[in-house]
Amino acid sequence: MTVLELRDVRKIYPGEPPVESVRGVSLAVEAGEMIAIRGASGSGKSTLLHLMAGLDRPTSGSVRLDGQHVELLTDLQLAGLRAWRVGVVFQQFFLLEALTAVENVASGLLYRGIPARQRRAAAVEALERVGLAHRMHHRATKLSGGERQRVAIARAVVGRPAIVFADEPTGNLDSAKGGEILSIMRELNEEGTTLVVVTHEERVAAACQRCIELRDGVVVS
Amino acid sequence: MSGVLQDEKDAVGTRPQIKRSSLRLYDLIPTGTLGLRTRRTRAVLSALGIAIGIASMVAVLGVTRSSESHLLGQLDRLGTNLLTVVNGDDLGGTEVELPATAAPMLRRISGVLAVAPTAQISTARVYRNDQIPTGQTGGLAVRTTDASLLATLQGSLKLGRFLTAADAPVTVLGHDVAKQLGIVRLDAGTRVWLGGHWFTVAGVLDPFTLAPEIDRSALISFAAAKELLDYDGAPSRIYVRTDPDQVTQVADLLAGTANPANSFQVKASRPSDALTAQIAVKQSAGALFLGLGAIALLVGAIGIANVMVISVLERRAEIGLRRTLGATRMHIAAQFLTESLVLSALGGLGGVLIGSGVTVVLAMAQDWGIAIPPAAIGGGFGVAIVSGVFAGLYPAMRAAALSPTDALRTTGG
Repeated sequence: MTVLELRDVRKIYPGEPPVESVRGVSLAVEAGEMIAIRGASGSGKSTLLHLMAGLDRPTSGSVRLDGQHVELLTDLQLAGLRAWRVGVVFQQFFLLEALTAVENVASGLLYRGIPARQRRAAAVEALERVGLAHRMHHRATKLSGGERQRVAIARAVVGRPAIVFADEPTGNLDSAKGGEILSIMRELNEEGTTLVVVTHEERVAAACQRCIELRDGVVVS
Repeated sequence: MSGVLQDEKDAVGTRPQIKRSSLRLYDLIPTGTLGLRTRRTRAVLSALGIAIGIASMVAVLGVTRSSESHLLGQLDRLGTNLLTVVNGDDLGGTEVELPATAAPMLRRISGVLAVAPTAQISTARVYRNDQIPTGQTGGLAVRTTDASLLATLQGSLKLGRFLTAADAPVTVLGHDVAKQLGIVRLDAGTRVWLGGHWFTVAGVLDPFTLAPEIDRSALISFAAAKELLDYDGAPSRIYVRTDPDQVTQVADLLAGTANPANSFQVKASRPSDALTAQIAVKQSAGALFLGLGAIALLVGAIGIANVMVISVLERRAEIGLRRTLGATRMHIAAQFLTESLVLSALGGLGGVLIGSGVTVVLAMAQDWGIAIPPAAIGGGFGVAIVSGVFAGLYPAMRAAALSPTDALRTTGG
């Protein structure tokens, strides 16, 4: 089953001159896959991630995410799609620093409008999945970089979304911690999570089943 | 978990229904106060701006009302039905005589309940003893009257007894006179040197708010004044107590009745008017301070708006994250509006408490009853909330207008 399908997707940022950062990308991600999108910085991979995750709409072409045509959805529908069907892991983690690890993970379910107790129970389970149950009640500020990224991953998968995107998930970590994050992502994938990892690292790409190479906004392999 | 989280089979089929993103109402408060909990000092300082505005408004209203109720209580107690008739003052402030017939004539006006004639004896002075140099009077006067005075003024004695018709060289001292001469208790030998004669002090009066001139007078009987001080029997100031419902009618008749020959010279006045005027003055001063409080509140609200704008700028990444997690624009706006509402509500609450506290302390210090109008408390809090909405509206709109990608792009990456 295809979770994500891009057809000739383009994104042009208006300006003088206009910048075309994604120039006709077509790709498909099947459920249960773990694929890498690799490219140097400036190759348009962050823009592509925003388009794939439903954070932005393409200038032309079509993005089908979880069966929905992103370019046809209203802001409200898109927000609903993100709340229920999409998880994103960022390079900078973006944890809420006043909150504990478990509260941060539970915030991944905040906009589903489900009761706090159920959010918390799911968060505890997700933290266990990333091996961080023992740090549950620590504040985000008290966690190491690797631990923070694991919290961020738990937050992305806590709602069991149809697809999880990771934007340079190891970019801010040393190689040992990066390796831990990679193996956690592989485990999650083995448990059935569909993963799309955007990276410039060979090592990360090698850990995926498939790698799409991006250069200057076009897929080269 | 299965009931809560998305079932796998929903994803099958080409166009499944999209579930809506929603934020529970009781999640809004913790979400909206997150920024405040992270930056407590800033939150306290910006709430303080609102608190000062509200506190000054509540305190102004409370203090005004407390002092007003004190004055109104005084008015109630003293009554507004006391009138005085004076035949004008000369340039030195000494009272000029009225005709000797004035008091009996005034008693005949219908609606008059009591009349008390008094006369200031300008030739006589009162001293503690005969050793005090002549002229060091301390502004104290000698006044002759009769037993009707106490009843007409509804006054009371602090010490001793009042004048009776039979008294010869006996005096009753006004409150200020006794204080100034240092007479705190009475015995048979307590005397003062009055008009060149020794007068035994028979009593000391409590203060008269509506007749302060009595406080500054040593009172002697008409008989004593005639015998020892060559008093001719004409009154110079007459107190008239009227039926409370006929005060104005009686007041109109006083001048002509007291001195038919020279009625234009006679001044008939209502001493309680001074208290009424005091209330009016306090009310208008209160309005002025209320305006100043409103300005303080405005400054406080601008402070909150300022802090909120900065907060939105600083928290772009958080806004981007929340949009990624499924927040709608409305959710973001609601979060920031909640933050500013909580700030202003805390400020309003603090302001009401501080303002009430100031009122209580001031009222107790002045010995007034504590009267804080409920409208000031409710209104103060309400105004704080409204200013919070206005202060938060613009920053909330700005936060909501931010697109997820713009919000995410600004930090790193």
